[in-house]
Amino acid sequence: MIPEIGHFALILALALAICQAAWPLVGAQRGDAAMMAVARPAAIGQFVFVGVAFACLTWSFLESDFSVLYVANHSQLALPTMYKISAVWGAHEGSLVLWILLLALWTVLVCRFSGELPQPFAARVIGVLGLLSVGFLLFTLLTSNPFERLIPAPPDGADLNPLLQDPGLAIHPPLLYTGYVGFSVAFAFAIAAMLSGNLDQNWARWTRPWTTWAWLFLTVGIALGSWWAYYELGWGGWWFWDPVENASFMPWLAGTALIHSLAVTEKRGLFKSWTLLLAIAAFSLSLLGTFLLRSGILISVHAFAVDPERGLFILAFLTVVIGGALGLYAWRAPALDSAAGFRPLSRETFLLLNNVLLVIATTLILGGTLAPLFVELFTGGKISVGPPYFDVAFAIPMLPLVFLIGVGMHTVWRSQPPGTLSKTLKYPALVAVVLGIVIPLFIYGSGSVLLVVGVISAIWIMAASLVHPIRSWRRAEGSTRITRGVLGMSIAHFGVGLFVLGVAIVSSFSIEADRSMRPGESIDVAGFSFELRGLQNVQGPNYQAIEGEVDVRRNGEFVTQLRPQKRTYLVQQSPMTEAGIDAGWNRDLFVALGDPLGDGAWSVRVQYKPLIRFIWLGAFIMAIGGIVAASDRRYRLTAPVREAQRKLAGEPA
Amino acid sequence: MKPRQQRMLAVGLAVAGIAVAAALSLRAFEESMMFFVEISEVEKGNYPADRNFRVGGLVVDGSVRRNPGELEVAFDLTDLESELTVTYSGILPDLFREGQGIIAHGRLNEDGVFVADEVLAKHDENYMPPEVAESLARHAEAKEAAMEAEQQ
Repeated sequence: MIPEIGHFALILALALAICQAAWPLVGAQRGDAAMMAVARPAAIGQFVFVGVAFACLTWSFLESDFSVLYVANHSQLALPTMYKISAVWGAHEGSLVLWILLLALWTVLVCRFSGELPQPFAARVIGVLGLLSVGFLLFTLLTSNPFERLIPAPPDGADLNPLLQDPGLAIHPPLLYTGYVGFSVAFAFAIAAMLSGNLDQNWARWTRPWTTWAWLFLTVGIALGSWWAYYELGWGGWWFWDPVENASFMPWLAGTALIHSLAVTEKRGLFKSWTLLLAIAAFSLSLLGTFLLRSGILISVHAFAVDPERGLFILAFLTVVIGGALGLYAWRAPALDSAAGFRPLSRETFLLLNNVLLVIATTLILGGTLAPLFVELFTGGKISVGPPYFDVAFAIPMLPLVFLIGVGMHTVWRSQPPGTLSKTLKYPALVAVVLGIVIPLFIYGSGSVLLVVGVISAIWIMAASLVHPIRSWRRAEGSTRITRGVLGMSIAHFGVGLFVLGVAIVSSFSIEADRSMRPGESIDVAGFSFELRGLQNVQGPNYQAIEGEVDVRRNGEFVTQLRPQKRTYLVQQSPMTEAGIDAGWNRDLFVALGDPLGDGAWSVRVQYKPLIRFIWLGAFIMAIGGIVAASDRRYRLTAPVREAQRKLAGEPA
Repeated sequence: MKPRQQRMLAVGLAVAGIAVAAALSLRAFEESMMFFVEISEVEKGNYPADRNFRVGGLVVDGSVRRNPGELEVAFDLTDLESELTVTYSGILPDLFREGQGIIAHGRLNEDGVFVADEVLAKHDENYMPPEVAESLARHAEAKEAAMEAEQQ
């Protein structure tokens, strides 16, 4: 009964989504206020029914209703309650429902916080979001119904993939999807602007906080995914350039470019058509990510559905959405651009360079990700593109970018006098060069050119990011404080610096050793001695495990004990490696058990990872910067207040 | 410098930068691109001799062998028609087992043994890498046809 209610609720949600798309879009075209007024109630109704469907699916999991095919395939009686809930989005059908729920949630938020927008514009935005809901609801109902029954019901389920039974992976998909789906709002704003033919600086100010929120969720989602891969896949790497990782990273890069280009559009009214194109690109790449993930068209460790029919539907959907958006763009965008000038040395130039470099990075990664597909289409040969390509292709545009960040954030709009710039940046540059040479040579004991360049650029960004906050802190009585926007930018860029530092040190000074060890033996890695004391059997709720006991000492002094496990999950009989990790701010010690090698020996992987936490810490700090920037007062002011302020400040409207 | 010369210089630098970047990324692409070669093709000698490539197939039952207590492992891989011996030194992935479809990266040594520097098995035990599945299907048919021809 409950699953049928869920299925029915999805159908009702589809009907409401069609209303949410049709009436407001037509109404906005005709100037019919009554038709446009359908937008908000329809969107809220759609959200309610998708919510009911999601609740029904969750209920089926909690009750272990194995007469529902999806539950039978992805749950089990002994599964801990937390994973019964996260199993809802543990595979294809359920994660689509989550996607739709988040889209509806973003739409409701747009309805709630769009009171200031002109009615036709708000109606168009909500209408476009409705169209996207229609597409995804149709996809679910036609090809991937999560409520399909399995009669007779099996006595127990097939269990959730053991890899997904982990707290990190329970929250990684919702955050990642919130980011993916969030770009649909920027996309809808872009389409609405092109439909109405009106794109002013207000448009950019409305779009900016939405884009920043989507971007920061995506940032956290990607960072959590990387962290999960590090400790759960048992390999100790933090990024593999796997197609699915690339699929989440490309929208992030395009979204980062979009945030920066929106700044120019808001403050100076420039780069309008470019901003529109980036808004379309960020969302299209999110859809492409779904397409890559769902169709299994690319070989990937994450591809859990290999189903060409679904792939075909998404391909058609992609063609309609991206093709339609680009068609509209070709037709309407040229009329929107305005020609205001700026000098070569100005903030506009640096943001332009930021955009060019980020787009180059996105294109090179897209090329590497899709190359196997095209080679197979045209020659029939099967190739794969390895991480070395992506490392180089990503580093080429990023090296100049990290140096430009430090300069760019201290330039002013229109025209920057060179003198004040060099005065501001003298000290950060000095600090960067000194520390960039000292840290690799004296703390880690060696340094290649690339490493020194990496550390210098990291310290450079961090030092340059501190200039604005320090000035605000030491400012004279009565002078204006730093705005949330500038503070957020400084925090986010400081995070970039931490991230770059972490990457530079980890990639140069990580040590990994695969060894055969018997109980009682020890090996030395990076000055730590790892002794395998013994192995014992451990019983988990739905798995059995062999647990190693590894004592870590440094110069004879006890540091910690690590307990890596080799688990066998009972239902699927699949083995899983649980690494033993001792996390410190400046280094991780990592031990994973491989296989029994006979003769009482085990293969053991031991790793030393200096500063690896900086990589994820940097990403979280970027996200915090996003929150600070998106909470800037100017996004919350109502129009009359802003008008009054503008008159007071004597700014031209 | 006159503004025009400045512009020319900027454009020239940009073009040079893009050319260098394009050359570097093309070289990296060329170096990190790996072909998937079917095991029967390896047997016929159709494989890139001077670079890494990928092979894939089923791990033959009972073929995994190692000296007790050592990391070094050897196993046979089959596309259901031909077989290839693979050696690997390191930790095998969790889902590596006999009968499982796997992919290995590496190159062939003089003795016709494939020395792998990476072995991949998928996280889902029901999942077969698409290129392995295709290769298996093709060679299973070829072998059946050959056996029928022998019987006649």
